[in-house]
Amino acid sequence: MRKGIMTLVLLFGLLPLVQAETAQEKGLAIIVESDNRDKGWQDSSADMLMTLRNKSGKESIREIRVKNLEVEGDGDKGLTVFDQPRDVKGTAFLTYSHALVPDDQWIFLPALKRVKRISSSNKSGPFMGSEFAYEDISSFEVEKYSYLYLRDEVLEGQDCFVLETKPLYKHSGYTKSTVWIDKSEYRIQKIDFYDRKDTLLKIQRFNDYKHYLGQYWRAHTMTMENQQNGKSTTLQWNNYTFQAGLTDKDFEKNDLKRQR
Amino acid sequence: MILNAKGKASLILSLCLMVLAAKLHANEWTGYSAVEYRYFQHESLNAEPSQHDFSVVVAPEFYHEWDDGNQSLIISPFLRVDSEDSERTHADLREARWLIVEDDWELTLGIGKVYWGVTESQHLVDVINQTDLVENTDTEDKLGQPMINLSLFQDWGSVDLFILPYFRERTFADKEGRLRSQLVVDTDQATYESAAKRHHLDIALRWSHSLGDWDLALSHFYGTNREPVLQLNNTFSAFNPYYAIMNQTGFELQNTHDAWLWKLEVIRRDTSLETFTALTGGFEYTFYGVFDSDIDVGVIGEYLFDDRNDELATPFEDDVMIGTRITWNDEQSSELLMGIIQDMDSSDTAWNIEASRRIGNRWKASVEGRFFSVDQAQSALYQIRHDDYIQLELARYF
Repeated sequence: MRKGIMTLVLLFGLLPLVQAETAQEKGLAIIVESDNRDKGWQDSSADMLMTLRNKSGKESIREIRVKNLEVEGDGDKGLTVFDQPRDVKGTAFLTYSHALVPDDQWIFLPALKRVKRISSSNKSGPFMGSEFAYEDISSFEVEKYSYLYLRDEVLEGQDCFVLETKPLYKHSGYTKSTVWIDKSEYRIQKIDFYDRKDTLLKIQRFNDYKHYLGQYWRAHTMTMENQQNGKSTTLQWNNYTFQAGLTDKDFEKNDLKRQR
Repeated sequence: MILNAKGKASLILSLCLMVLAAKLHANEWTGYSAVEYRYFQHESLNAEPSQHDFSVVVAPEFYHEWDDGNQSLIISPFLRVDSEDSERTHADLREARWLIVEDDWELTLGIGKVYWGVTESQHLVDVINQTDLVENTDTEDKLGQPMINLSLFQDWGSVDLFILPYFRERTFADKEGRLRSQLVVDTDQATYESAAKRHHLDIALRWSHSLGDWDLALSHFYGTNREPVLQLNNTFSAFNPYYAIMNQTGFELQNTHDAWLWKLEVIRRDTSLETFTALTGGFEYTFYGVFDSDIDVGVIGEYLFDDRNDELATPFEDDVMIGTRITWNDEQSSELLMGIIQDMDSSDTAWNIEASRRIGNRWKASVEGRFFSVDQAQSALYQIRHDDYIQLELARYF
């Protein structure tokens, strides 16, 4: 009997190896491929126009400048400076992101000229009153999620892989997300976010992809629609530049004070 | 509403600099103007002041950069015109500095503003700039400080060296102003320990570093004490400020872990009149997204200590501050900060409320309230025990 079970285990255990990878393995492989295609950009900077729209269609805007530095073997470094609204002009955030341990984050308050280390445990809170949570705009790292390949699907005429991701970091506002990645260029096209009660909370769409340095795709329009409160936020990205020679020295606490 | 000589001089200087600045290309004007109203709950203990105070602020800022952003110029004049207090009607150059940035160092020349410290209830280590006390009793408003500041950046931290060639005197309310001692401070009669008076060359050095969850800094200041000793004049009709020379060593520490911030500031100050140690230490913990909303609620607790144990030198010699910071995370960035400082040796308390909300893209409304419950006649706060107020401010940013 025992021998029979062993044979059975051996038989079925070997089957996936020769046959096909599991849904988890396939999900991870797709993400790793997508991540690998986006390696080597070194540094980037861009201007972001954020438009907040409430249920009755009333709009307000934020203007933000973003610089990023690619860090090998760790999360990226980011520097974010506000131009609008005017009362927060000159306010700057510096983030050293990490995959699973909490990010290091500092804020500069221009009125007091004060640099303040702040807690980064606020993952699920809204960024500047928008429908984007802090975790939606933070640096992507493969280790932050678990992955499950669900199916292939055509989304707006594009062949896509559909994955389910679950956050592995603490304090996320989501139980899971469904992610559409196009097969031709491995770019994220759409994400459905599910809240802690496992109900659909938000839908993010990525449009106007442009190609930089012959390798890196950047979506120039991102729209986040909240399915529960009727509000939405659009991010419009402009003036992307890559490989401007930024270094660690441009992402220090001291740099916060002189961001304009 | 007459500007004093000091005010006139800095106003003329700022106007000249603005004209000069406007001639440069690629410039940028920002800043704000605001109207403010203060209602004092009680009649003043003194004869002159009223229960109502209106004022207007203009605070433009000019910025220009060149050399790929490695060099820049900032000029920020400040003007307040107050309906009651002639000392609160004042002009200042908050900043007028030229900044040169290189890879491993930065040099600031001119009038600048520098903040040191980590705690919320008081700011012990922050000694570079003089407090503009007529602006607010929270000591967070500062006068522009002439300086040469060299910053060096190394793997083992940043070092800041300051040479401060000119001293700014603290501002105090006039007879018609509230939030003052019974006898006014006659700022025209300031005396100094140093024969060089306000031209004494002050120097300061600070090392700061971040190591994982820890942010720390060590500083030393040698020069004119920003905090004057108030001495009765010959006719017992006013206080004259006396500025001693001091050595102050300061230490700052913050640990940031999950939603916890642990903070400590310690100073050792040595002057010819006194030597003492003071500290502020405590925590801030934030509950993010309370009750499934977007609202964050922070709880702040700090202990304030001063080994002089003299309520007249500082009311915060053995006190506890408990406060809360509520952030709505809404489109208007609504926020509220509320705190109480309780003296541990008496029933004396000071309450503080600050709230603000943006209106549209360019306006901001703020409310501030300070309330005092002080019975100890020997406390520095006793003189302002009837000066509880509510302040409304509407600011427009441009």
